[in-house]
Amino acid sequence: MKVRVDQQKCQGHNRCYSLAPELFDVDDYGTAKELNDGVVPPELADKARLAVANCPEYAIELTED
Amino acid sequence: MAGIHPPVTDWANDFDHTDPVWAADPYPIWADIRSSGCPVAHSERYGGVWLPTSHDDISAIAYDTDHFTSQSVVVSEGRPMMPAPQGIAPPISSDPPFHHGARRLLLPAFSPKAVAVLEPFTREYCNELLDAVDGKDVIDAAVDYAQHIPVRVIAKMLGFPPEDADTFRMFVHNALEGVDLPVEKRVENFGLLDEYLRAQVDDHIANPRDDLTTFLLNAEMDGQPLNAEHVGGTIALLLIAGIDTTWSAIGASLWHLAKTPADRERLASEPALMPFAVEEFLRAYAPVTMARLVKDDFEFNGCPMKANEWVLLPFPAANRDPEVFENPDEVVIDRVENRHAAFGLGIHRCAGSNLARMEMQVAIEVWMDRFGDRFTLANPDAVTWSGGQVRGPRQLPIALS
Ligand code: HEM
Ligand code: SF4
Repeated sequence: MKVRVDQQKCQGHNRCYSLAPELFDVDDYGTAKELNDGVVPPELADKARLAVANCPEYAIELTED
Repeated sequence: MAGIHPPVTDWANDFDHTDPVWAADPYPIWADIRSSGCPVAHSERYGGVWLPTSHDDISAIAYDTDHFTSQSVVVSEGRPMMPAPQGIAPPISSDPPFHHGARRLLLPAFSPKAVAVLEPFTREYCNELLDAVDGKDVIDAAVDYAQHIPVRVIAKMLGFPPEDADTFRMFVHNALEGVDLPVEKRVENFGLLDEYLRAQVDDHIANPRDDLTTFLLNAEMDGQPLNAEHVGGTIALLLIAGIDTTWSAIGASLWHLAKTPADRERLASEPALMPFAVEEFLRAYAPVTMARLVKDDFEFNGCPMKANEWVLLPFPAANRDPEVFENPDEVVIDRVENRHAAFGLGIHRCAGSNLARMEMQVAIEVWMDRFGDRFTLANPDAVTWSGGQVRGPRQLPIALS
């Protein structure tokens, strides 16, 4: 599983970072970025889905393998 | 509030967001319009206002900065006098391309890491507020508690005297909740705010210190210092934008817990649910409705919008849209999927959202630590709600046992 933040859509609501800090970081301007090239270890799959389901801008893409 | 507008009898064609019926319970109004054949209502009041009610339409308008301007975000009889793209209170009143730089200046001061530094101070202050009413059987959670918290925090960030808190609250109330006053009265009210801010700015020019006011006075955009209107407008915005809004959000959360024993008991016994509960309170009781002005005549989803008409952006209505939220009218404190729009959508996303969330979470935690699940509404009929574009409890008597 992989996650990717579309930085054109991200407006810095910061939901992903507070729900899944293992998978995302935000810079001083609020723009989010996936960590580890977006690779989601199996034990964090639920957190990844949670982040996606709470992004108000629909900015996080999730691909299952 | 003595309004100048007649009571509303036809919500689809003659609505008024300052009507007491809207203040008391706007959700059925939005639901009726949303499920009618035409989900965007129109009213001739205020020189023409549109009211989208679906999440789709509200987000489309928030994203469309080509056809809609943010030059004024508070509906009133008059029209803004400060020209686009800067507007009167950057960045909220600004349009692209000016908006981007004006917003970027502010963001680092409100980043999650910067906000975390203010948490111990906020917690201590919340505890002091409750110490001050210790031993009482009934306290007003809006008047004695919620209203003070954001005022104290933003005063600290801006470097304004904490003892001026009552003065700030009056300005904020006038700017946001005094919208149905005559234009002359509004101009006079804004004059008082202006005078107060000028004195604070002058004091910071004479005595620079480590705070947001001094930061803005020294800030540059595109290699140029900010013009005086920009500095003054942004300071006014920070003072106004964070107070009524956060006060409303804390109050509505405590109101919900006071009237819902099951949620109160659950949150008292499962404190790990707190972040989810905060998001759910933000969704269900989102306090802020914004507005835009139509730039030029333009047809939006079949609605013939005219230049200079208002468009309300009721983010609280977007948050109750059944297309996006399962059982939208139910408050589910551990809701898993929650893409709520309480802080807006698109480029104007609330710059203070990290701060507001911290204040809400700390305020509710301190309250729950103190009272556990031993609090209820003293008298449900005594609860009053503010109307207009920022909705929250203004009187909220709570009985403690
Ligand atoms: C629960 C509390 C709050 C809510 C619900 C809220 C809501 C909002 C909303 C909906 C917007 C979008 C405006 C638009 O689309 O035109 C906004 C913008 C803004 N808010 Fe908040 N707000 C809250 C607290 C705060 C606080 C504490 C501050 C900081 C002191 C703040 C500062 C701002 C600023 C500076 C903007 C303008 C951002 C821009 O235009 O780029 N807000 N807020
Ligand atoms: S939740 Fe969405 S909008 Fe918010 S920071 Fe993450 S990606 Fe960006």
